[in-house]
Amino acid sequence: MRLEYFQMVDRIESLDPDARTVRASCAVPEQSPIFEGHFPGYPLLPGVLMIETMAQTGGWLVLAIQRFVKMPFLMHVKEAKMRSFVLPGQALIAEAQLLHDGSGFAVVKASISAEGKKVADAEIRYGVVAFPNETLRATMLDTARKVGVPKEYYDAA
Amino acid sequence: MSTFETVAGIIADTCDIGADTITPESHAINDLGIDSLDFLDVAFAIDKAFGIKMPLEQWTQEVNDGKVSTDEYFVLKNLCANIDKLVAAKSA
Repeated sequence: MRLEYFQMVDRIESLDPDARTVRASCAVPEQSPIFEGHFPGYPLLPGVLMIETMAQTGGWLVLAIQRFVKMPFLMHVKEAKMRSFVLPGQALIAEAQLLHDGSGFAVVKASISAEGKKVADAEIRYGVVAFPNETLRATMLDTARKVGVPKEYYDAA
Repeated sequence: MSTFETVAGIIADTCDIGADTITPESHAINDLGIDSLDFLDVAFAIDKAFGIKMPLEQWTQEVNDGKVSTDEYFVLKNLCANIDKLVAAKSA
């Protein structure tokens, strides 16, 4: 994870289009300027970044299912629960399952676990629209390669 | 329960609008004031309730192209008629 750059997902570990699920690894860094303020003397991964991590994980699933033709933008976080503190250096597993692939929107159920214990979960809804420009699309495709989204999902994009 | 009763119930629950103010003639945006975020919730609930996928992108395109007015999809009796067509097409 590069928190300052909002790069929350390190690696897509699995992506199952039939089960409509994704599993990603996300290593919380030992050091980050974010921990200087959250909190002084007691660094914790902010809950909003846990939500962002779940949103990005589900977002990769939506992007893959849409074959990178459209971009999911976070619109609605429902019943988000931060169940446990997340500390610098912890290894996280983020998972998401697509609940609904609507017309112009998508809904996932997402969670984060650390050492086998669920630390956060939420239902996340996205507006799914055409990429607003080529720069974003190219960046997403490049990042997809880096985080290991299987090539078949963006081959034709 | 009729399609209208189901849709009105969804709108009332999702958008915190009094059920007695929702009629078949109500326009979801102009009369009920449902914004795009709430409409996303309504659309998700309708898709789930009826087991369909409302083609919102196609409908929006038709409105933007001037082919139909928003009444076609946002006046509730018309929305319900379109839902009924989608349900019928699914089971055909």
